[in-house]
Amino acid sequence: MEYSRQLIQYALSGLSNGAIYALIGFGFSIIYNATGIINFAQGEFVMLGGMLTIFFLTFMNMPLIPAAILAIAAATAVGITFERFAIRPLRKATPLNLVIITIGGSILIRGVAMLIWGKDTHALPSFSGNDPLYLAGATLLPQHLWIFAITLVAIIASRLFFNYSIVGKAMRACSYNRRAASLVGIDVRKMVLLSFTISSAMGSMAGIIIAPLTMTSYDVGIMLGLKGFCAAIIGGMSTGIGMVIGGLLLGILESLGAGLVSASYKDAIAFIILLVILFVRPQGIFNTSETERV
Amino acid sequence: MTMTKGKKNLTTFLFFAIAVLMTPLFLAGNYLLNVLVFVGINTMLAIALNLLLGFAGQISLGHAAFFGLGAYISGILTTRYAVDPWFAMMLSAISVGGLAFIIGFPILKLKGHYLAMATLGFGIIMYIFFNETVALTGGPSGMSEIPNLLVGPLIFDSDMKNYFLIWGFTLFIMLLSINLSDSRIGRALRSIHDSEVAARVMGVNVSFLKVQIFSISALISAIAGSLYAHTMTFVSPASFGFNFSIELVTMVIIGGLGSIYGSFLGAAILTMLPEFLRVFQDFDIVIYGLLLILMTMFMPGGLMSGIRWLASAVSSGLRKEPD
Repeated sequence: MEYSRQLIQYALSGLSNGAIYALIGFGFSIIYNATGIINFAQGEFVMLGGMLTIFFLTFMNMPLIPAAILAIAAATAVGITFERFAIRPLRKATPLNLVIITIGGSILIRGVAMLIWGKDTHALPSFSGNDPLYLAGATLLPQHLWIFAITLVAIIASRLFFNYSIVGKAMRACSYNRRAASLVGIDVRKMVLLSFTISSAMGSMAGIIIAPLTMTSYDVGIMLGLKGFCAAIIGGMSTGIGMVIGGLLLGILESLGAGLVSASYKDAIAFIILLVILFVRPQGIFNTSETERV
Repeated sequence: MTMTKGKKNLTTFLFFAIAVLMTPLFLAGNYLLNVLVFVGINTMLAIALNLLLGFAGQISLGHAAFFGLGAYISGILTTRYAVDPWFAMMLSAISVGGLAFIIGFPILKLKGHYLAMATLGFGIIMYIFFNETVALTGGPSGMSEIPNLLVGPLIFDSDMKNYFLIWGFTLFIMLLSINLSDSRIGRALRSIHDSEVAARVMGVNVSFLKVQIFSISALISAIAGSLYAHTMTFVSPASFGFNFSIELVTMVIIGGLGSIYGSFLGAAILTMLPEFLRVFQDFDIVIYGLLLILMTMFMPGGLMSGIRWLASAVSSGLRKEPD
C-alpha cells in the first residue's frame, strides 16, 4: 500500500513537470515548423517568465495577475526583438549558423539576466496557497492543479488557433511548404515573427506557472529548455497531442527514475531518454519517417 | 619565387613556432606566462573541435566532456592506482578516442540541430557523472594532488616548464592538423561540409570518415585534458560543463571555421579577454553571447577571413596606386 502510494506520488509530480515540458516543447515546435530553426534560446524565455514576474511582484509591488501578464508581454517583446534583429538579418542562414546564433542569443539573455537580478534563486508565491489536497493517498498542491489547468487551456487554445483561424492556417501552410505559402499570398516573414511571438509567450507562461514549485534563477532556462526539447523530440515536433504525450511521458519517466533509482541522476535520465530516442527514432515516437530532399 | 602550397604552409608554421618558443624569453616570472599555458591548452581544444566543426561541418556542443574525461582518467589513474603519468595520458587518450568512435556511429548519423542536441545531451550526462560519482571523481569539490609529468630528473612544475610542455604538444598538433587539412582526407572532409550527398556520390565513405574525425577530435581533447590535469594538479567538474563547450565553439567561430591559426587566435582572445575584463567581472558571458551573434551576422568566416579580406584589399589597393 505504501509502495503504490509512493508510485502515485511520483506519477503526479511527474505529470505536472511533464505538462511544463510539453508547454516548452510547443514553443520549440511552433518555431521549428514555421522556420526549420531549433531555437536554442527557448529556455531563456521560460526563465524570463519566472524572473520578470518576481521582478514586477517584489520591486514594483504589483499584484500577481498583472505582474504575470506584464512578464509575458516583456518576455515576448524580447523574443520579437531577437527574431527581428538577429535571425531575420542573417544572410547565410545555414543550420550551423542558426544553431550558433540562437546559442549566442541564449547566452546573451542569460548573461543580462544575471547582471540585472544576480545569481540568487528566487521563489514565486503559489497562485492559491500551499494547503495540500489528497488524492488516492498522494498529496497534491493547488499549484499542480493550476499547472494542469493552464496547460490544458493553452493546448486547446493553440489547437483552435492552428485549425480554425486564418492566421493559424497560414502558419501551418508555411510549415508544409514555405514557397507555396508565399505564392498564395502568405507573408512568410510575418509568420516567422509570429511563431517567435507565440513561442516566447508560451515559454514565459510555462516559466511563471512552474516557478512557485521549483524556484527560479537566471540559469534555470538551460535545463528547462533542454527538457522541453526532449519532449518535442519524443512528440516528433508536432503541435498536437503527440507533444502532450511526449512531455508527460518524459515527466513521468524522469520522476519515477529519480524516485526509484537515484535522485542525483534525475537530470541525466532525461538526456539518456533524449539520446536513445534520437538514436532509435529521430522522427519521434508517433511519426513515420520522412525522406529528405537534397 | 613560386612556392608550392605545402612549402608555404611549412614556412608560415616555422615562423609561428619560432615566435611561440621565443615568447617566454620576454616573460620570465610574469603571470602572463601562466595565462599563455592556458592559451596553449585551449588552442589544442579549439583545433580539435575545428577539425570536426570547420572541416567536416559537424557541430559538437559537448566537447568539454572529452576534455573532462581525459583529465579525470589521468587524474584517477595517477592518484588512485599510481599509474605513471605519461602512461595514464596514453591510456586516457586511447580510451576517450575509442569511446568517441563507438558513440560516433549513432551520434553522427544525426544532422544539424539534432546533432547539436545529441552532443549537448552527451556533454550534460558526462557533467552530471563527474559531479555525482563522488567516490571516483571527488564530486563537486574536485580531485587534487595529481602528480606532475616528468622526464628523468625534469619535473614540469613551473609556469616556464609547463609553457614549453604544453606548447610543444600544441605545435605538434597544429602541424598534424595543417597536414591533415591539405591531405586527401582533408579534402574529403571539406566535401562533406559542402554537401554530404555530393561527397557520397563522389565515392567518399561519409559516415566512416565523420566517425574517424570525431574520434581524432575527442582523442586530441583528451590529451589536452590530461595535460591540464597534470599541469594544474587539480581538476573539478566546473571546468568541464556546458559553458565550456560553448566557449570552445565560440573560439572556433571567432577564429574562423576551418582555419588552424584562426583556432589559435580564437583561443588566445577568449582566454586573455577575461584577464583584461577583470574589472567587469561576470560581463564575459554577455560578451561571448554578443560576439557569437555579431560574428555570425557580420563575419561568418571568422577573424581569419576578415584579416585575409583586409590584406587582399590593402595589397590590391597598393598595386593600383602606381597607375
